[in-house]
Amino acid sequence: MAERLGWGLRAFVTLAGMWVRVSWTYRTSFVVMSLASLVLTGIDFVAILVVFANLDSLGGFTLGEVAFLYGTTALCLGVADLLIGNVERLGRRIRMGTLDAMMVRPVPLFVQMCADQFALRRIGRVTQGALVLGWSLTRVEVAWTPARVAVLLSLLVSGTVIFGGLFVLGAAFQFVSTDGSEAANAFTYGGNALTQYPLTIYPAEAVKALTFVVPVAFVNWYPALFILGRRDPFGLPAALQLSSPVAALVLCVLAAVAWRAGVRRYRSTGS
Amino acid sequence: MLYVAVAVRAFRRYSTYTAATLAGVFTNSVFGVIISFVYIAVWKENPGAGGYDVTDALTFAWLAQAMIMTVAIFAGGSTDDVADRIRTGDVAVDLYRPVSFLGWWLATDLGRATYHLLSRGVAPTVVGALLFDLRYPDSVLTALAFLVSVTLAVVVSFGVRMLVAMSAFWLLDQTGVANLAMLFAVFFSGLAVPLVLFPGWTRDVAMLLPWSAFVQVPADIWLGQRTGMRVLGGLAFQAGWAAMLLLVAGGVLRLAKRKVVVQGG
Repeated sequence: MAERLGWGLRAFVTLAGMWVRVSWTYRTSFVVMSLASLVLTGIDFVAILVVFANLDSLGGFTLGEVAFLYGTTALCLGVADLLIGNVERLGRRIRMGTLDAMMVRPVPLFVQMCADQFALRRIGRVTQGALVLGWSLTRVEVAWTPARVAVLLSLLVSGTVIFGGLFVLGAAFQFVSTDGSEAANAFTYGGNALTQYPLTIYPAEAVKALTFVVPVAFVNWYPALFILGRRDPFGLPAALQLSSPVAALVLCVLAAVAWRAGVRRYRSTGS
Repeated sequence: MLYVAVAVRAFRRYSTYTAATLAGVFTNSVFGVIISFVYIAVWKENPGAGGYDVTDALTFAWLAQAMIMTVAIFAGGSTDDVADRIRTGDVAVDLYRPVSFLGWWLATDLGRATYHLLSRGVAPTVVGALLFDLRYPDSVLTALAFLVSVTLAVVVSFGVRMLVAMSAFWLLDQTGVANLAMLFAVFFSGLAVPLVLFPGWTRDVAMLLPWSAFVQVPADIWLGQRTGMRVLGGLAFQAGWAAMLLLVAGGVLRLAKRKVVVQGG
């Protein structure tokens, strides 16, 4: 098991490294595209700044706190998108019939799909999220304790894993509907858009759904309540605030099962 | 008529991808719901923000979702084909045709926009209307003015996208410029946040840029924020930008024809 994992990771690094060398050949283009990605993904945050020009707090949260939520979810989505996001190219691979070639190679199919067209320029979104998060940390008043630091680190890892799981579930769905990649966006990028704001702006039932059905509330909302030292506005158990790693693990297992089921049912294209 | 025939075929071409359309409608609706709750929170905090009430804001959110594909705010549409054809050299065939190059592609894009208005425009709006309390045009005349405004929005957007695509005559690849153009379109159309929320002078400047013709102007006509002569003013503003962009595009096309050797020829 550990050996297989190590082999998969090594293969990922090799394949991704190959794509990095490819993009580095066109250096100017690479730098311009990375900067473009940084600015483009930053538009959402400028929109939040514009909104805050009209008010002092949103859903009971200050600009600094909203920036903290924004920065954490952006960073998690950015890393997940960079490392795993390319599995969403699966539908295209199926349509073009090139998935079959990947299946006979001696590298796990999942690793090949994640590394497919690995786009280092997506580092732009990661950088943008990190910048906003850094800025927010200078604005929010947090009584830092070792536990809070640990929860922040766990937030970044669990959040990335949750988005990664959603990417994989979306890709697995494409085994059923090859044109459906945009529907998956509703969960990944939609989940990101949802968690940029304090969940207090949504109805209580919606927050329950985001906790127990599509668990994006675990990306940053619950850990953020713990870090910011806030009581849960919906009166849900405080234990949820430390449960992000559990949610991430459950989603991972579901994604793995769905992916395997998809691969098994795949019958190639054509007549 | 030729251009109508071209538009009808573009309409049919786009209408073949049903699964993609359904997936898109789903995504637009999800984002519409998210943005609606954000706007509800914003207008609860500041009930008169930007001169809108909360119903105006919610309606704006769903109209903006409806415009994304119709007006091609995220770029794309027939001008992507143009950029591709410039890169591959197929554009030579288009330049040979005994019809106006811009007219041909504008007709294609209007055909595409009609399909996207009827599918990706109407469907999310119906979803929004079922879930939230929205505002509707107060008269048939307003509704007609809105349709004219949307058509002009597509033409303005086509003008911008065509200029971007024609940059490929010199750069061979439009991707970089197209990304930059998308940035401006998302932010200054009102899709990211209604332009009425922009603080101070930035609001006045944003209102004068061509991108305000994409969402803000049609939405204000629908909402009755513009009435009487100001409706005509909004339409004239859009028509002005449309005419100017098409004229510039025509000029750039003449330059391109003179200077550029088509690849593969």
